[in-house]
Amino acid sequence: MSIRRILVANRGEIAARIVRTCRKLDIETVLAASEADRDSLPARLATRTVCIGPAHPTASYLKPELQVQAALGTGCDAIHPGYGFLSERAAFARLCEQHGVTFIGPTADQLAIAGDKLAARAAAQAVDVPLAPGGEAPSRDVARELAMRIGMPLLVKAAGGGGGRGMKLIERAEDLDGALELAAAEAGAAFGDARVYLERFVTRARHVEVQVLGDGAGNIVHLGERDCSVQRRYQKIIEETPAPGIPDTLRSRLHDAALRFAARLRYRGAGTVEFLVDVERDEFYFLEMNARIQVEHPVTEAVSGVDIVAAQVAIASGGGLRLVRGEAWRDGCAIECRINAEDPARDFAPSPGTVRSVRWPDGEGIRVDTHIESGARVPPYYDSLLGKIIAHGRDRAQALARLRAAIAVTRIEGIATNLALHAEILADPEFMAGGVDTGYLARVLGKRPARVAVAQHG
Amino acid sequence: MTLTARDVAEITRLLEESSFDELELEIDGLKIHLRRNGDIPRFLAKGDRPQTQVASPEDSGARLIAAPPGIPPANPRAPIDPHLTPVSAPLLGTFYRAPKPGAPPFVEVGASVEPETVIGIIEVMKLMNAVRAGARGVVREIRARDGTLVEYGETLLLIDARESR
Repeated sequence: MSIRRILVANRGEIAARIVRTCRKLDIETVLAASEADRDSLPARLATRTVCIGPAHPTASYLKPELQVQAALGTGCDAIHPGYGFLSERAAFARLCEQHGVTFIGPTADQLAIAGDKLAARAAAQAVDVPLAPGGEAPSRDVARELAMRIGMPLLVKAAGGGGGRGMKLIERAEDLDGALELAAAEAGAAFGDARVYLERFVTRARHVEVQVLGDGAGNIVHLGERDCSVQRRYQKIIEETPAPGIPDTLRSRLHDAALRFAARLRYRGAGTVEFLVDVERDEFYFLEMNARIQVEHPVTEAVSGVDIVAAQVAIASGGGLRLVRGEAWRDGCAIECRINAEDPARDFAPSPGTVRSVRWPDGEGIRVDTHIESGARVPPYYDSLLGKIIAHGRDRAQALARLRAAIAVTRIEGIATNLALHAEILADPEFMAGGVDTGYLARVLGKRPARVAVAQHG
Repeated sequence: MTLTARDVAEITRLLEESSFDELELEIDGLKIHLRRNGDIPRFLAKGDRPQTQVASPEDSGARLIAAPPGIPPANPRAPIDPHLTPVSAPLLGTFYRAPKPGAPPFVEVGASVEPETVIGIIEVMKLMNAVRAGARGVVREIRARDGTLVEYGETLLLIDARESR
C-alpha cells in the first residue's frame, strides 16, 4: 500500500524536517497546525495547512480526534506524529488504525509496552538485556525491602513516565516513604498511572542509545549508537555518534542488546533503545525505549547515510527494510547542538518572543534543522527548541572543529538562546577529550561564578 | 469580470518586478496564488476536479496554481466587510448546514438569527457539535460548504447586525 498524502501532526523543526523528506519522496503533506503556528515555516513548506485548534497544545496538538478528523477531511492516507505530543500514545495509534489511516510508527501494543516502563523492564529481562537493580514498589513494605537490597542512592520512577519526567532521587533511606507517596501522587496526576518503581541510581554513567529500525515482521537493523551524556536535568543538549572512547566489544554488546529488545517486541518503525553505560566497570543498563523518531536522529543520518523519516515511511507502506539495507555507510563522526530559546543567565528560563533576525551556519559537513527564520515568533506554549546544528566530519576532531566554527557564526537576535553555552562546552578540554558522563554539564555550570541579580535590588 | 490569460501574465510580470515573493488575489470567486520560485506540489483531492484552472505562462519564473479543488476557500483572514460579523468555526471538523442529509438547512441567506440560533453542525469523529450564530442579525453570506472540512477559526458565514429585526 503506497502512501500518497501524509498529515504531519506536529510543529517546529521536526514538522519542517518531515515535510522536506516527503517532498523528496513526492508525497503530499498536510500540516495540522495550531493557531499560533499558522504562519510558521512548516506551514509554508507543507502542501497544505489546516488549523486544528487554539495555540494551547491541549486544545490542538494533543487532541487525537482532531488530528484524525483533519487527516480524513483532507484525504490523507497516513499520519506522521513526529516526536512528543501524540507520538507515543497507544490510543492515538489505535484511533488512526480504526479509521483506516496509517500511523507512521509502531503498533499500539508496542507503544503500550514501551510506554509502560515496568512492562519494558520485563521485556528487557526476558531477553537478557541488563537492568539496573530495581523493581516495582506497590507498597511501603515492599519498597523498603527493595531499597535495602538496591542500596542508596536510588531513583523513584513513574511507570508511566520516561525521558526524565516523574523521577526522584533519594540519597537517605529515611526519605524513602515520603518520596514514594509524593511520587505516586504526582505520577497519578501527570500520567494517569500512580505505579512507581525503584531503580539504583548509577552515579557516574554515560547515556548511550541505539537507533533501531524494524519491519514489524521480526527483522531489526541498528544504525549505530548515539552518546547523549551532555544533559541538564535529563534534557539532552549535545549528542554525537559514534560514542567516543567506548571499547568495540562494549559497543557491539550495546547494539546486540538493542536488537534483542526490539526483536522481542517485533518492533515496527524507527525506535531508540536507551542505556546507561558505566565504561569503567564495562557494564550497561537498559533505561527505556523511545518508540518514535528522536530529536537527535540527524547525527545518525549523517554517519549512516540513511534518511530515517524516509525509512519510517517505507516501513509504514509495507516496504520493509529494503531501503535501509541498500544505503552505504558514510562513516566518520557527527555531533549535534540543540539550540534552545532559553536563557542560561536566568537558570535556563524559556525566552519566547520574536526572532528579530537569525543567521544559521552552512558549509561543508554542516546541516541545520530548524523552523526559525528572521521574524519568526517563538510562542510560549511549546518546547524551546529553535533548531539543531549538526556537523559531520571524517573523525571527531574534524566534526568538532566544524561545529565550533558553525556555532561561532550563528546569530539569533531578539530572544535569549543557549548558543554561548554550546560554544563554551565545545571548547572545554573535558568535552573535547570525549566521553563525559551525565553529570558533566551540572559540574560545568556549577563552576561558574554566581551571578548577582542586580535588577532585583535596583 | 473575467480574467484573461493576458491578465494573468501581466499579474505575474508585476509580481516578478516587485519585491514580494507571494501574491494572493481573489476576484469574483476566482482565486490566484502566485509564488516566486515556488515549489508547490499539486494538491488534488481524490475524485475532485479543478474548479479553476489557470495556465502557467511560459518563460516565467513564477508558477501559478489554481485554488486547490475540494478545499473550502479557507482564509479566515479574507477581507470582511466591517459591518458584517463573521461566525467562525469553534473547532475543526466536517461542517453540515442541515441536521441530516436531505433536510432543509438550518439557515439560508436572508434568514434572521439570534445569538442562540443553530447555524450548522461540526462533526468530529462522530461527535456532533452545534454551532450557534453568537450574534443577532441577518445572514448575508454562507462561506463554508456543506460536508467539507472546516478549520478552527474559519469563517462559516457572515451576519449583518444592522438588519436585526
